[in-house]
Amino acid sequence: MSTQAFIQLVYLGAAALFIFGLKAMSSPRTARRGMLMAAAAMVSAIGGTLLDPHVVNYEWIAVGIVVGTILGGWIAIATPMTHMPQRTALSHAFGALAASLVGIAHYYDHATTVTLVERVALGLEVVLGSLTVTGSLLAFAKLQGWVRGTPVAYPGQNAVSLVLAVVILVLAGWFITDPTATWAFYGMAALAFVFGITLVMPIGAADMPVVIALLNSYAGLAGAATGFALDNNILIVAGALDGASGLILAVLMSKAMNRPLLNVVFGRIEASTAASADDVYAGKVRSTTAEEFALLLEDARRVVIVPGYGMAVSQAQHAVRDLYLALEKRGATVEFAIHPVAGRMPGHMNVLLAEADIPYERMIEMDTINPTFETVDVAIVIGANDVVNSNARASDSPIAGMPILDVDKARMVIVVKRSMSPGFAGIPNPLFAAENTLMYFADAQAGILDVVREVKTL
Amino acid sequence: MESLNLIDSLFVFMLAAVVGYHVIHKVPPLLHTPLMSATNAISAIAVVGALLVTGANGSKPATILGAIAVAAAVTNVVGGFLITDRILKMFNKKKAK
Repeated sequence: MSTQAFIQLVYLGAAALFIFGLKAMSSPRTARRGMLMAAAAMVSAIGGTLLDPHVVNYEWIAVGIVVGTILGGWIAIATPMTHMPQRTALSHAFGALAASLVGIAHYYDHATTVTLVERVALGLEVVLGSLTVTGSLLAFAKLQGWVRGTPVAYPGQNAVSLVLAVVILVLAGWFITDPTATWAFYGMAALAFVFGITLVMPIGAADMPVVIALLNSYAGLAGAATGFALDNNILIVAGALDGASGLILAVLMSKAMNRPLLNVVFGRIEASTAASADDVYAGKVRSTTAEEFALLLEDARRVVIVPGYGMAVSQAQHAVRDLYLALEKRGATVEFAIHPVAGRMPGHMNVLLAEADIPYERMIEMDTINPTFETVDVAIVIGANDVVNSNARASDSPIAGMPILDVDKARMVIVVKRSMSPGFAGIPNPLFAAENTLMYFADAQAGILDVVREVKTL
Repeated sequence: MESLNLIDSLFVFMLAAVVGYHVIHKVPPLLHTPLMSATNAISAIAVVGALLVTGANGSKPATILGAIAVAAAVTNVVGGFLITDRILKMFNKKKAK
């Protein structure tokens, strides 16, 4: 058997392992084993590639591997769970950078010999890769708080993006049809980097779940395009898996906000025409104390906790776990209601709660828990706003139709929040003024710890 | 790449995308964050392309760009799999108790 055939067989095995590895992600019980399979696939794909007779120069490869291992290991160890959205955005940038640079380097050395099909693939690879690099870096900066997380709007932003997109397409078409036009290729690559910024700039931090998922998809598709350019099946398979995953998550997330995907990418939520905060809240908001909070929990049989981004910001997951344990000890049933877009990335809340040792059986998806809120004695909303905004049920609301957690149907609602400031959607939340709602104004972590102390003295 | 090769590759891409669609759809929202970091690690398969470009004894600029690509991709391989495991471990430790 020739070396090439052997390498292809290794790739075949790796592709199968990737697929079975992802399949094992369908349950938390098998997921770890699945990832072991995927890691084995990756190692064998790398090993197989190093056997390739075209690979003759190992020095720079060794440098790259050493640097990458140190950097990757450090990121994996040093990232706190609350920073997972940023970490994910940053890693999209790394993945896309690899794809983009491979395309540019390949073109640099083979500009005159690449075929038409390869030029198309290279164009896709470099454009998708480059815009994902800068887009992801900007998403990272927004999530990290280095750049303002609010949507940045300027007049004609969509026009600017559109013009950029058209120019990139023209340059791509140019270098694809005219093999001598290398300048068009490099111009295209440079503008794609700029395009990534103009694409993500107008998008607010709360829309990040969708954006991160989309960038995930782009990074995958750039990888698949690399496979087309280098005629390499394992790249195509892995890239397609990644592309499909990102796209599915992006669609799920935008459904959970009841906004078309394109609307998230190109638009922003319209300024509110609904009632002003004063009309909604006037004289109706009642606040409570830790003591009263604990008394309300005294006889509660069924408690549902709704975590939101505020819990992550305040690092309150361990305090929430203490509350959960204290209530369970008193014989109450405590569950966690998870909205699909709570937090800044898909599954964000689940990870934080799991970090605090809360069993995943207690984390209930929105569609499952919503019909049961009538039987909930106390619903505790911690740092969440838009995902429980009953305004979504009104037809004239800017978030009309967004599926929400029906906490207002619970007998009693307590909202833990620092102030009355509106959520991302910028609209008042009638829930806060409802008859069965009390506001507990506090930092989530410190506030919940106070309540836990009070509960323990009951 | 010849056009017949292209069609072969499109076959592979199409089948992988269909398989991916079905497999990913079965992942519960509970695991969406580890799913993302896992697919991220998997998409670092671009490392294969990076190795081929870097090791090909090409021009200096191409080799250096390739080495940066290797470093970026390996960062995701190592970081991606380690962090995914860290997350999944948290979901599982309750079982042990």
